[in-house]
Amino acid sequence: MIMIIALLAGLVFGAGLILSGMVNPAIVLAFLDVAGNWDSSLLWVMGGAVTIGSIAFALAKRRKVSFLGVPMQMPTTTKIDKRLLLGSFLFGIGWGIAGICPGPALVLAGSGETEIFVFLAAMLLGMGIFEIAEKKHR
Amino acid sequence: MNISLESMPWHAAAGGAVIGLAVAVLLLFNGRIAGISGIVGGLFRMQKGDISWRIAFIAGLILSIAAWKFFWILPEIRIESSYGMLALAGLLVGYGTRLGSGCTSGHGVCGMSRRSPRSIAATIVFMGMGFVTVYLIRHVWSI
Repeated sequence: MIMIIALLAGLVFGAGLILSGMVNPAIVLAFLDVAGNWDSSLLWVMGGAVTIGSIAFALAKRRKVSFLGVPMQMPTTTKIDKRLLLGSFLFGIGWGIAGICPGPALVLAGSGETEIFVFLAAMLLGMGIFEIAEKKHR
Repeated sequence: MNISLESMPWHAAAGGAVIGLAVAVLLLFNGRIAGISGIVGGLFRMQKGDISWRIAFIAGLILSIAAWKFFWILPEIRIESSYGMLALAGLLVGYGTRLGSGCTSGHGVCGMSRRSPRSIAATIVFMGMGFVTVYLIRHVWSI
């Protein structure tokens, strides 16, 4: 059941990204281009997602286990540290360069375009470099 | 490109709500946060019993275009960046989201939904850098 829910959630998440237009890097870049022909779409997407998300997290707060009886896994870190800020800083630059973040990147893999595989391969490499650096650190 | 998708915020807000629904489903049934970079990044840890649900979720994302096309017409999507720029962007997105523990979904959607100060700070930083980067590329360097 956990697998079916995960697959379904991925499908619905992807459908939301397609419907919202967020799989199109041009629309994301148009939102980030405040000095150009600005497109407010991303703001509406966030508004819609956070509205429903807030209800879900309010419900989740009151539970120790999920509807399927598995423990709720909430983030425990609360500190705003250098790693959070530097990581988000680097992510923002990458996001601004191509207008693609991890969710749309995976959805676009389903389009079979060569461009997205270049991005995805580099993204996985970046994640791999992070893991190797972490292991050395530990 | 489908003009109505671009100019009508209705699609954007509805699409956002659908994303919120997916977040709700994964959270309330599986007890998991729908942060894409975290779900993908967790695969590198190779923890037993923690792999297959991640693959199922990622498979859902990858299959969503095919599923969409089964019912509706897919709006035209074009990636205009060069291979070099895409590679650079991918590296920064991959490394940055892992170091910063989240991306647009984990911090932007989930974190803001639970009013996490950490996620709000992360979202301000990456969105701010997105604005700065696009400004520099398009209006200063004109690449």
